[in-house]
Amino acid sequence: MSPETLAQVSNYAVASATVVIALAFLAHMAEWGFARKVDRPVEEEAAVTVGAGAAAAPAAAAATEEEAPSRPDLLSSVGVSLTGLGTALLVIGFVVRGLAADRVPWGNMYEFGIGGAAFALVVYLVLVRVQSIQWLGGIVTGFALVVLGMAMSTYVPAGPLVPALHSYWLVIHVAAVMLAGAFFLVGAASSLLFLIRHRAEERGTVGGLLSRFPHSAVMDKIAYRTNAVAFPLWTFGALIAGPIWAHYAWGRYWGWDPKEVWAFITWVVYAGYLHARATRGWKGQRAAIIALVGFLTFLFSYYGVNLFGSGLHSYAT
Amino acid sequence: MSSREREAGPAPALGSREFGRWIWRQLTSMRTALLLLMLLAIAAVPGSVVPQRGVDARAVEAYMARNPTLSPWLDRLGFFDVYTSPWFSAIYLLLMVSLIGCILPRTRVYLKALRARPPRAPKRLERLPASARFTVDASPAEVAVAAREVLSGPRWLPARVDVVEDDDSSEVRAEKGYLRELGNLVFHVSIVLVLIGVAVGALFGYRGAAIVTQGSAFANVLTQYDEFSSGALFDPDDLPPFSLQVDEVQARFWTDGPQRGAPRMFRAAGTYEAEPGAEPQPFDISVNRPLGVDGTSVFLVGQGYAPVLRVTDPEGNVVFDDAVPFLPQDGTYTSNGVVQVPDAEPKQLGFQGFFLPTAVVGEDEDASVSIFPGAVNPIIGLFAFEGDLGLDDGTPQSVFILDKTDLTQILDEDGENFRISLSPGQEAELPNGATVEFADLRLFARFQVASTPLVQLPLVAISVGILGLVLSLVVRPRRTWVRSRREPGGTVVEVAALDRVPRDDLPDDLDDLLERLADALGVPAPVTRSEHEENDQS
Repeated sequence: MSPETLAQVSNYAVASATVVIALAFLAHMAEWGFARKVDRPVEEEAAVTVGAGAAAAPAAAAATEEEAPSRPDLLSSVGVSLTGLGTALLVIGFVVRGLAADRVPWGNMYEFGIGGAAFALVVYLVLVRVQSIQWLGGIVTGFALVVLGMAMSTYVPAGPLVPALHSYWLVIHVAAVMLAGAFFLVGAASSLLFLIRHRAEERGTVGGLLSRFPHSAVMDKIAYRTNAVAFPLWTFGALIAGPIWAHYAWGRYWGWDPKEVWAFITWVVYAGYLHARATRGWKGQRAAIIALVGFLTFLFSYYGVNLFGSGLHSYAT
Repeated sequence: MSSREREAGPAPALGSREFGRWIWRQLTSMRTALLLLMLLAIAAVPGSVVPQRGVDARAVEAYMARNPTLSPWLDRLGFFDVYTSPWFSAIYLLLMVSLIGCILPRTRVYLKALRARPPRAPKRLERLPASARFTVDASPAEVAVAAREVLSGPRWLPARVDVVEDDDSSEVRAEKGYLRELGNLVFHVSIVLVLIGVAVGALFGYRGAAIVTQGSAFANVLTQYDEFSSGALFDPDDLPPFSLQVDEVQARFWTDGPQRGAPRMFRAAGTYEAEPGAEPQPFDISVNRPLGVDGTSVFLVGQGYAPVLRVTDPEGNVVFDDAVPFLPQDGTYTSNGVVQVPDAEPKQLGFQGFFLPTAVVGEDEDASVSIFPGAVNPIIGLFAFEGDLGLDDGTPQSVFILDKTDLTQILDEDGENFRISLSPGQEAELPNGATVEFADLRLFARFQVASTPLVQLPLVAISVGILGLVLSLVVRPRRTWVRSRREPGGTVVEVAALDRVPRDDLPDDLDDLLERLADALGVPAPVTRSEHEENDQS
């Protein structure tokens, strides 16, 4: 197939992936909507899961275990299946884009967008398998949709790279950073739900919707683990591979370019998070807030710097 | 960084010694480290909002011109030099002290822990987060042998196991996961080493930029640089005495496809001498592939056009014949430049203008624009000035700026500014009789020459550090006890485990352990009792 045909195939795949992920998002939203209405009397059930820490199964599942699966559960698994299909399409679109351009498919904002979404969704699906985090489906698919939408707005036809990007460090640096970002996303989504549910638990108002999420201690643990995976990846991608490449491409390994500044800020904030987790008075809520701030700085170093600033990373716009 | 927290009490009333200790405890407490980290993150932000002198001095000047009232205040507060400002330095120096103040005592504690034996079992094992109890026929000594076997871990990563036994009972104490704290210490030490490496590189290093036109040479001395900055402890006499002869500069652009006009390949090639008189060696520098000479690296960071201009003064003498770099202003390589002709008689001549690699006459008949960065239809456009170039009064002059204080613009017969527009090979005559010829077109390369001593130290340190980081996040220190006592009905075995960093897979792991232990003793596996289950029952 010619590069043009491949590029076309890639575009179709990405477009259909976006539609399928939108459907997955709707399924999860419907799941939450029904959970609100249906499961009012689940409150006591929620209290029981408090001690069961490790069991991530939502209380709602326990409530209706003997009968047919409840409507929210059904919608949840529909959402996860659709996410799987959408992710497969997206990965195809992403890979074919690379074939069309005859290089790794991450050389401009559009490709970072579809690549970032693909990495995030794959990591999420793997973690659904390993850690049963399908309760994050609504947030992850919603976020992926936004990222894909923003990628569409920066669409450029598949093409070759500017000379500064001709380096195998492009492969290593960007891949590590995107992978770290995927884990940061799962961590941030868990921290967000942790904060919401933790507050409700303290007030004793864990209602129908919130009872679909695991106990706050479980979400806190998931957040910690994913961030603990992301942090070394980020250290490697942004603070080792990045400077090595900068040394070859720009003649210095660190020059306080806006992107570098924000990569550094992200690193410092997540370092703060890991410390906060081990500090009395900062565990739990405050640590979760730091994790969320960390994710915002990550998003800013990814998008904001390209939107608002110039700097050496500006070819990425 | 200490996971063991120190309680920082109120300030003591008396004694400078106590006060010093109190300050030290405050400074090295985890909470302070945390606050300093947050402060460092916040303090780094302004550097991405306001242009920085160290990054782009010209952008700072432009910013100051745009914000005349705010800028002096920003300048006083160090906002244009955030990363060398006293407040930024204060934060990271405090962080360094806090870091070292944390590493030293923890290293001491760690070394002690390495020599220590696993602690004895608590009295009531069933109170631990995960425990089990079962009865077997084997003797306590046999249980101890089996437990030791099961707990000793893989050969390449042995756990520490002690056995204490008498006739009627035995106790096996095992501890593993020492690598966690080691990894933690390694990571934090590596951060210190990175900072030392960065500091050394900044103090003893230098960086300069120079424009070298195709066909000309560059010698590594201070006067040849357009821009130069160096660390406080660098001596310009220490510049390695190499030189470059640039024979070829290539800039290729995509001529079709979606990326038409985008850069495709840049390179500069020629020969270099590592020191005067040395055998010339060929070099070929491209983006991402610098040349290394004598601890210094030469990077290709830019390129552009350098038209060769030949100027004859009104008296008929060729007073200028040289390539003049015009600096590209945008992606189409529309470039600006200045020609200074101090030898022209009777008055000095100066020219200012633009260069268009692929000129196309725009809608406005007068104004041409460049539509492609490659030199397809090169045109140079100049305004001419005569008078005094201001080169003799000793103030340093940029070769890219024309000082018009003592210059008057040359006008045509209609009293309009006299304009010169030339293609290669063309010549123009000025109203005063001087001529300008666009003799040839060459390319120039912009090199960045940089030396960063000990550049490998931060790299090696952070690479080792990240391994430490992974160890500190993955390894879990765990203590396990197996106690057995002979009783009338057989040998009662109690097993319990305690994680020093709580994890939720402890019960599962204990199940696994019990299974192997039971297997070794030839009995069916008992069931773990975990904290959680107890909670559920209560």
